[in-house]
Amino acid sequence: MKTVVSAQDVWKSYDAGAIAVLKGVNFAATEGQTVALCGPSGCGKSTLLHLLGGLDQPDRGLVHVNDVEISRNRGALRLLRHEVGFVFQLHNLIPDLTLQENCLIPSFAAGTDRTEALARLWHLAARTGVSHRLDQRIQKLSGGERQRTALCRALMNKPRILLADEPTGSLDEETSGTVFQLLLDVVATEGVTLVMATHDRGLAQRCDRVVEMRDGRIHEPGSG
Amino acid sequence: MIFLKLILTNLRRHRIRSSISIAGIAFSVAAMLTVVTVLQGAIGMFSGILSSDSEIIVFERNVSDLFFSNVPVTAARDIAGWPIVLHADPVLFGIVSSADHPIITCFGVTPADARIRKATWLQGDHATFAQHADDVVLGERAAEFLTARLGSQVQIGHRNFHVIGVLKTANGFEDGGVFMPLSAAQDFFHKEGSSVITIKLRNKDDATEFKNLVKKNYPNLIGLEDSEFTQSYSQFKILKATAWAVGGCGLLLGGLGVANTMIMSVFTRIREIAIVRVNGFSDAQVAAMIFGESAVVSVLGALAGLTVGTCFLYALKLIPALHGYVDVAIEPWVVLIVIALALITGIAGALYPAFYAMRIRAVEALRFE
Repeated sequence: MKTVVSAQDVWKSYDAGAIAVLKGVNFAATEGQTVALCGPSGCGKSTLLHLLGGLDQPDRGLVHVNDVEISRNRGALRLLRHEVGFVFQLHNLIPDLTLQENCLIPSFAAGTDRTEALARLWHLAARTGVSHRLDQRIQKLSGGERQRTALCRALMNKPRILLADEPTGSLDEETSGTVFQLLLDVVATEGVTLVMATHDRGLAQRCDRVVEMRDGRIHEPGSG
Repeated sequence: MIFLKLILTNLRRHRIRSSISIAGIAFSVAAMLTVVTVLQGAIGMFSGILSSDSEIIVFERNVSDLFFSNVPVTAARDIAGWPIVLHADPVLFGIVSSADHPIITCFGVTPADARIRKATWLQGDHATFAQHADDVVLGERAAEFLTARLGSQVQIGHRNFHVIGVLKTANGFEDGGVFMPLSAAQDFFHKEGSSVITIKLRNKDDATEFKNLVKKNYPNLIGLEDSEFTQSYSQFKILKATAWAVGGCGLLLGGLGVANTMIMSVFTRIREIAIVRVNGFSDAQVAAMIFGESAVVSVLGALAGLTVGTCFLYALKLIPALHGYVDVAIEPWVVLIVIALALITGIAGALYPAFYAMRIRAVEALRFE
């Protein structure tokens, strides 16, 4: 299977090197794979996700997305609009906008035709069960609906990689299970590679692969 | 659509702040429009006096103000005799005061002058003009504020004059002025010549030839076509520059208001900017969002300012003391310049906020509550 996202000997620290978060991480995920990054708080899961999605740059090392090196290539970040989608623990939706408007933001950013974008949204909304809430403002949605909305938004530009940072962390157990199953179903249908940071071992076990992180390093057979 | 919604949502979210910013631009625009239009109107009226039934003005070279210009009587007579000239009318301008009115414009003219020949005589008869040295004709508004009518005696300066007519003209300066025979004006103002000679040519195409003749025969005088005079007269230049400077200062203050609003806007929506960035907004798109918000404020402010300014000008026109002096002829180019300046001001005010917004790091900002 082809590798779609990888990190090679990636280092990252904050406060001018005082806080070392990633210490020579090597990681790769292949096409359509679901990978759970597990580990205690502060072990570097979120930081690794941010680097893989181009939201941050490593101090050292290389990050490739679909064979394009993105860590030193600012121009490549433009490509990521189509290649990578994000889902966060806090849904990070704009409260004054409706569900539909929130979901159309990535399409607008990528310059997608509005009709095409709406068709995509209606498809995803039906798939995630929020079709009836399209015109509702975010404040009026439940926690589960907000996270489904965030999932729709992340998939609007048909990314090949979905990076999820504790996607069900703010939901109750029942909703969490439902939303996570939906996430797995949708990424499977769409053929998307999922890399997810989570504390929840139960959810992690439902992924194709579980990667343990501790103290800024990956502890997985065959990884650094 | 989404882009516009993002812009408008933030303006709606902070209605009072947005309204204050719009009001700042509006009052600046209104001030600029009012000052520029009033002065343009005043300049237009003064030019109108000079260009009444004439194409060229001859006056003393290098004078800062036409009131100081002295054109010899002999020159007026000589020029009137040139074959290419249809008529040459010497006019003497003077400023006098009466008991209650510190400034009254006086026009010393000949009976043939178009200013009184073509005016509507409300009282009196044009044929009686210049028969006696102490005869004057009043503009309609001058007759009102001097409470004079046909046959009245009016005190102008230290002398009493006999009113032999009342004129109605469309020009505020003329309407509030006093017309006296040229010789009487020369005596009154202790001048031997006139301030200007207004020239009507037989053929307009001879303007260049006429100006060259003046230059050759009277090196101390200068002949300018009406449009040239309006553009080159130093007093007009000073007035225009002052008007735009006053308006510009107003807009600068409005721009600072916009800058403050936009900085606050960016600071209060750091998380929102981070969200759009994570969802693919480029630096340019983030900047455009901030500039767009500023442009909406500026355009709304400009439109409100144009409305307020226009109403204010009409209100000024209704004030009896200003009757005839305020011409609410808002030039389209003035409107365009005012809107453009408001936009530029708004965009300039958004430069730093946009730069700041572009530098927001999504990862850190998403942690920002």
